[in-house]
Amino acid sequence: MARRLLAIWFPRLASDVSLRTRPVEGPFALTHRAGNADELRCLNAAAQAQGLHRGMPLADARALVPDLATRLADPVRETAALVALRRWVVRYAPQVATDGDDGLIADITGVAHLFGGEEDLRGDLQARLIRAGLNAQSAIAGSRGGAHALARHGGGIVPDGLLAERLGHLPVSALRISPEISEGLSRMGLSRIADLIPLPRAPLARRFGAGLVTTLDQMLGTMPEPVGAQPEAPQFGVRMTLPEPIGLTGDVMAGLDRLLERLCGKLASAHMGARRVRLELRRVDKATVTVEVGLARAMRDPERISALFRKGVEEVDSGYGIDALRIEAVVTEPLAPQQIGEAKVRQEDELNDLISRLGNRLGFDHVLRFLPAESRIPERSFLTVPAAYSEATSLPFRKRPRRPAMIFPPEPVTSASGHPPARFRWRRMSFTTLRAAGPERITPEWWLDDPAWRSGVRDYWRIETKEGPRLWLFHTPMAPAWAVQGTFL
Amino acid sequence: MKILRDRPLSTAMTDPFSLAPARVLEAEGAGRNTFALFQASRHPGPLFWILPQHEPLRPMARGLPAGIGERLHLIETRSETDLLWAIEETLRARPSGLVIGEPAKPLSLTAGRRLQLAAEAGQTTGLLLIREGQGCNAAETRWKCDPAAGPADSTRHQWSLNKNKSGTLGLWAVQWDGATTACHMVSEAGQ
Repeated sequence: MARRLLAIWFPRLASDVSLRTRPVEGPFALTHRAGNADELRCLNAAAQAQGLHRGMPLADARALVPDLATRLADPVRETAALVALRRWVVRYAPQVATDGDDGLIADITGVAHLFGGEEDLRGDLQARLIRAGLNAQSAIAGSRGGAHALARHGGGIVPDGLLAERLGHLPVSALRISPEISEGLSRMGLSRIADLIPLPRAPLARRFGAGLVTTLDQMLGTMPEPVGAQPEAPQFGVRMTLPEPIGLTGDVMAGLDRLLERLCGKLASAHMGARRVRLELRRVDKATVTVEVGLARAMRDPERISALFRKGVEEVDSGYGIDALRIEAVVTEPLAPQQIGEAKVRQEDELNDLISRLGNRLGFDHVLRFLPAESRIPERSFLTVPAAYSEATSLPFRKRPRRPAMIFPPEPVTSASGHPPARFRWRRMSFTTLRAAGPERITPEWWLDDPAWRSGVRDYWRIETKEGPRLWLFHTPMAPAWAVQGTFL
Repeated sequence: MKILRDRPLSTAMTDPFSLAPARVLEAEGAGRNTFALFQASRHPGPLFWILPQHEPLRPMARGLPAGIGERLHLIETRSETDLLWAIEETLRARPSGLVIGEPAKPLSLTAGRRLQLAAEAGQTTGLLLIREGQGCNAAETRWKCDPAAGPADSTRHQWSLNKNKSGTLGLWAVQWDGATTACHMVSEAGQ
């Protein structure tokens, strides 16, 4: 079967995307900063009709068209829009790839009859894009290069085997070559593609590089060129539009539950679990409210995720009502199927739910757990890490050297007498030493510059006092002083 | 008003330090952290230690009695409201073994009562470490804990039960060094 390729070109993708959500009457342009000046990046038809063009300095454009409406360009959003369009075009063909930053290419070999032929397919595509408010040109041809060139020069359909005849009249710039090469060609009087076809290949390649000959062959279909569709990244998002706006928490939660059911089904089929879930509520006035929750462990249990959303949904200002919901698992992790119902698993699930609830209100950085670490420095002899991003690890228990149960930043001791002090004052209380064990010398880790350890080595003592408290005192011989850092059991 | 269920008569009358299950209690005094760790070693399951973010006194994982460090979750809160919310939420959750909270201000009767109901709902014991004299009337029991000096190689504590809604008060001198979950009573004659 002959290959058929569909190319779609969006001449004003950036401005169309921007105007779709916030329409503007009259001339409009997107600007971006280039060097020291603002330049026009993309403009609508009204602006182009008044003589503006891409790459024009904004100041010149304003002088020509004083009532030009402008917005800042958002390249990230443009890329996202093209990716979204690529996903949409999958309805016409299984293999779709982006072509540059404003076009798409789809392999429609053998699928045109499903839409009633190539004419109808193209008509259907154009009609849908126009309805969506996007300017688009499409072309169907037997080669990728041919479809690409035709889409950018008027569009249309080239029947099988007539590439050279139908595309010959196009200028050489329609080939995917650099402007320097096309300028060089026109300087030699080769302005149309038809002029290139009969020329001997070797001198042409020697003069303008092999790339020109390759693109020419690819356009004429004598050299194959794959579509190279990017692998479809799994999308964990589902949406729902409502015929009537809703505003009650219960209604939103009911809608959310239905969406979560579908989302978790998707996650389960991909063996993934959600780690962060975002709910987008679109209001009637086109504003979008988002509620995001984090999960302590990857999971795909609709009821448990739904419970975490309740507080956020209750706080949402629904305005004149919400008419569309969209839920997306923003961060996902692989999650193998698990045996359910086991008591231990259930208890772990409940603990993770609790950590999720705490983390969503207090921040996941504030729900901590201890991990072992190798260091002689008391403050660094263990790690305090967020519980949501770590597994419980058993801490090795060592009886010696003795360590205090509670620790705090060093607090100075005053009126210490003797070594170790027989009497001292701390927190405005006087203590008398009953027994002292030590010293245990700890040297700072020279490879880490810790301001608290600038005073050099420390001699730690366990001091039992007559008053009761068993304290962890240290003496810094290099800057003689005593301080308390912890209390023993 | 919700009425708390009657507790079945405690079977552990012989052990004065077993805390009332599904209730919130208070501990004050310089040795309250030790008392909390002693109770933590006697409660199986995940432990939660909820404290204000600015609190400098923290448990040191390396020095805790065996088996506590890996079960302990440290929760930092930015405000008193968050702290009470976190205590209530952890008490209400079923898997929690023991919840230790450090409120910075005295609890109102309403807040204390709410925590009791949460503990009852989650069947969890809560222990609030309070400053001297900042107790709440809703507490089930109130302990005053102080470290005490003793003979060589001993870790003496003086634990006194100052308030008990259902039982008697008492004063005990004990010896507990974290090696076991049991503590030794110091005989009267030994003092």
